[in-house]
Amino acid sequence: MSELLLKAENITKTFPGVKALDNVSFDLRPGEVHVLFGENGAGKSTLTKVLAGSYLPDEGQIYLRGKKMAFKNPYDARSRGVSAVYQEFSLVPKLTVVENLFLGRELTKHGLLDKEAMLRQARESLEDLGFDLNPMAKVGGLKRAERQMVEITKAFQEKMSVLILDEPTASLSDKEVIRLFELIVRLKGEGVGIIYISHRIDELKKVGDRISVLRDGRNVATLDMAEANEEKLISLMTGRDYEEIFPVINTTPGKVVLEVQNLSTVTGLHDISFKVREGEILGIAGLVGAGKSRVGRALYGLEKITGGTVIMEGYAVEEPTPIGSLKLGVMYFPADRHKEGLVLCRSVRENQTMAALPLFEKRGLIDLKREESTVRGIVKKMNVRPGRIHKAINNLSGGNQQKVMLSRGLTREVKLFIFDEASCGIDVGAKREVYLFLKEQAEKGAAVIFISSELTEVLHLSHNIVVMHAGAMAKTMPGKGASEEDVLSACFGYDYQNICNNGDGSQDNGSVVNSIEG
Amino acid sequence: MDLLKRIFVKVGVLPFLLVALIALFSLAEHRFMSMSNLLNVGRQTTYLAIVTAGQMLTILCAGFDLSVGFSVALTSIVTSMVMVSVADPTTAMLLGILAGIGTATLVGLANGITIAVFRVSPFVVTLGMLSVAHGLALLISSGVPIFNMPEQLNTILGLGRVWGIPVPVLVALAIVALIWLLLSRTRVGRYFYALGGNREAARLSGIAVRKYTALAYVLCGTLTGITGVMLTARVASGEPNLGANLPLESIAAAVIGGVSLRGGEGSIIGAIFGAILIVTMRNGMDLMNISSYLQMVVMGCLLIFAVVMDQFRLSMKGR
Ligand SMILES: Nc1ncnc2c1ncn2[C@@H]1O[C@H](COP(=O)(O)OP(=O)(O)OP(=O)(O)O)[C@@H](O)[C@H]1O
Ligand SMILES: [Mg+2]
Repeated sequence: MSELLLKAENITKTFPGVKALDNVSFDLRPGEVHVLFGENGAGKSTLTKVLAGSYLPDEGQIYLRGKKMAFKNPYDARSRGVSAVYQEFSLVPKLTVVENLFLGRELTKHGLLDKEAMLRQARESLEDLGFDLNPMAKVGGLKRAERQMVEITKAFQEKMSVLILDEPTASLSDKEVIRLFELIVRLKGEGVGIIYISHRIDELKKVGDRISVLRDGRNVATLDMAEANEEKLISLMTGRDYEEIFPVINTTPGKVVLEVQNLSTVTGLHDISFKVREGEILGIAGLVGAGKSRVGRALYGLEKITGGTVIMEGYAVEEPTPIGSLKLGVMYFPADRHKEGLVLCRSVRENQTMAALPLFEKRGLIDLKREESTVRGIVKKMNVRPGRIHKAINNLSGGNQQKVMLSRGLTREVKLFIFDEASCGIDVGAKREVYLFLKEQAEKGAAVIFISSELTEVLHLSHNIVVMHAGAMAKTMPGKGASEEDVLSACFGYDYQNICNNGDGSQDNGSVVNSIEG
Repeated sequence: MDLLKRIFVKVGVLPFLLVALIALFSLAEHRFMSMSNLLNVGRQTTYLAIVTAGQMLTILCAGFDLSVGFSVALTSIVTSMVMVSVADPTTAMLLGILAGIGTATLVGLANGITIAVFRVSPFVVTLGMLSVAHGLALLISSGVPIFNMPEQLNTILGLGRVWGIPVPVLVALAIVALIWLLLSRTRVGRYFYALGGNREAARLSGIAVRKYTALAYVLCGTLTGITGVMLTARVASGEPNLGANLPLESIAAAVIGGVSLRGGEGSIIGAIFGAILIVTMRNGMDLMNISSYLQMVVMGCLLIFAVVMDQFRLSMKGR
């Protein structure tokens, strides 16, 4: 047995009122991928932050290659070879991709910045990772998935012995995921130990060697990946019996709610035409950059429309705006909860009712009691934890923040939901709740546009699937009977089988997303 | 220690500063704790408190308003000009007050529209407006104070008392109560917090971001106007240089009171206590015969200190 790379003993970390980690022990061998799995708020991110020097543990020790360590800050940890990609990004929006990649370790020549060398290296690294990104673009203007790529590239540029990946694939699509996994395999070969966090179970089986399940801040089990199956993991994670993840949605689509004809936008969407009916879930799939988010954004009024018509319940919408769309009963949930979804410094309650305040007014004043009881009801229904509604939403774990954002749809009457990456960063249990929420809304007669880069969920939930490629619709197919391969080959714009055969060593990883059986 | 830390993380440095200052001044100067001086502090606080309330609204929306200073001066000149040109004292007062508050509101509207619609930085816009307002005040008055205003103005609005309480204090209390209600119980207040905290999220939630941003500056203008009128009543003349310290002091008061310059965070009560702190400080230093030049130095340091502590508090919250 090889020497341990990293070892943490009896780590405890408390935040005001929350014990995020309770006596957790954890170890990492060289060349292995050790997965952390658990519900939202279980303490996964907190553990990695302790390991990478962002948080000081209240108790416990950390050993790096058998030597006791106390990292003073993330920089200290990084210089000792512990590198991390966090769930919530740490990029500077006003700087370009290159500037961010080299932040704090700029290359110089004769005391001046060597911009050319940095640009060259940045290009190489991005290419190496297979990320299609302009290194001169401002990070502030990038999408969540693209910023995720920058963050990953940044971590990969360093010499490291431990790499922490906290939900790196949460908003990536298959193309990038395949590439990322290849690189992980390469790093493993070099003896790097990787801590990997994800809520996508099928993914874990592919990359993981061992898996530790956290529940309420405790490490409930560490298993070899081979011994772990989905049912076991889920019941360890929740402490309850396993339940089917995808609900059966039994609705017969009714009247047309939204009809889009030949829509085009300044941002390069073109020839988009589809219909969504009452009770119908329309899935939109596609790779990063294919334009699936742009469809949702354009419909809600966030992107300038240059041609085509949008007809909402028989009424032609000239130029959608968020205010107007909400009035028509369209509710949109952005992919990036931090940038566009939540007001982080405000409370759970205020975030919850933000889009529906007029409904709580009585003679010009907000009826605080009614608001509070509504919010409490929703927090309970969506199982947001901790359910302290007056606390700033920043203190919740990523998945719980997502739930609060989605639950906005419960405070007002909605005819058309547009979800962009609704299950981004939420645990399997919460995904189930989100799917049930979808089901409930669809059964009540709402139309749903479900944009997602996680193919499994699109396949399981949609009545119809639109596959986007390069700003246009590559293919439309009924959800029943659609196979992963059908969708993927449309995603890539050519025959999917080809890249599997060309891929180096990725044949068995070829289809990253397997449908979750059960 | 833990308790102190919690108080700090929750409300900021203010309680600590206030306690320290009161202790210091009462030890150094026995007149400080006298009833008449405390009343004096109360009366002086009112003017700063009202401006701070307005200032706070703009800061909540992730901006600020530097023009409050000479907006007060412009109000003062407009009010007094109108009053001296009308014969009947009651009509003169009414018209003068309306004209003054109206002018300041217009200044706020100009600020608000430029900032919200054209998305220009509040710093540039309100700095420019500061100069515009001062220039106008000097132009209209030819740079000299305006006297001969109706006497009632001074006796009622300046020195008057109702139920034994000075009128300015009553006005300030009413305003603070209204702003409190606005912020905690109405849509407008919630929207201020939301758009200051995350403009994009607010927009996507269907909040008319531009309208409400502009509204914050308009309200700030109106409150500045009210202050201008009351200060004019107090000094019984129209002064083209009134209120030069107000931008610094009102921003400092709000920030020390826990209103975050990043926007989206802060309470009116905190901001008012910030104003009380600043007035107390000025008063104590006056009593101790500290020169006004040195006082300026101290005030500037205090503002910087407050912002540093605000930043520090943010990092403590995260860790
Ligand atoms: N800065 C903070 N202040 C207060 N509480 C916090 C803070 N960060 C995390 N917590 C709390 O600590 C607990 C663990 O959070 P953590 O972010 O580690 O969860 P997680 O397992 O990564 O969840 P997710 O899957 O949702 O990302 C949660 O209850 C969370 O609310
Ligand atoms: Mg996390």
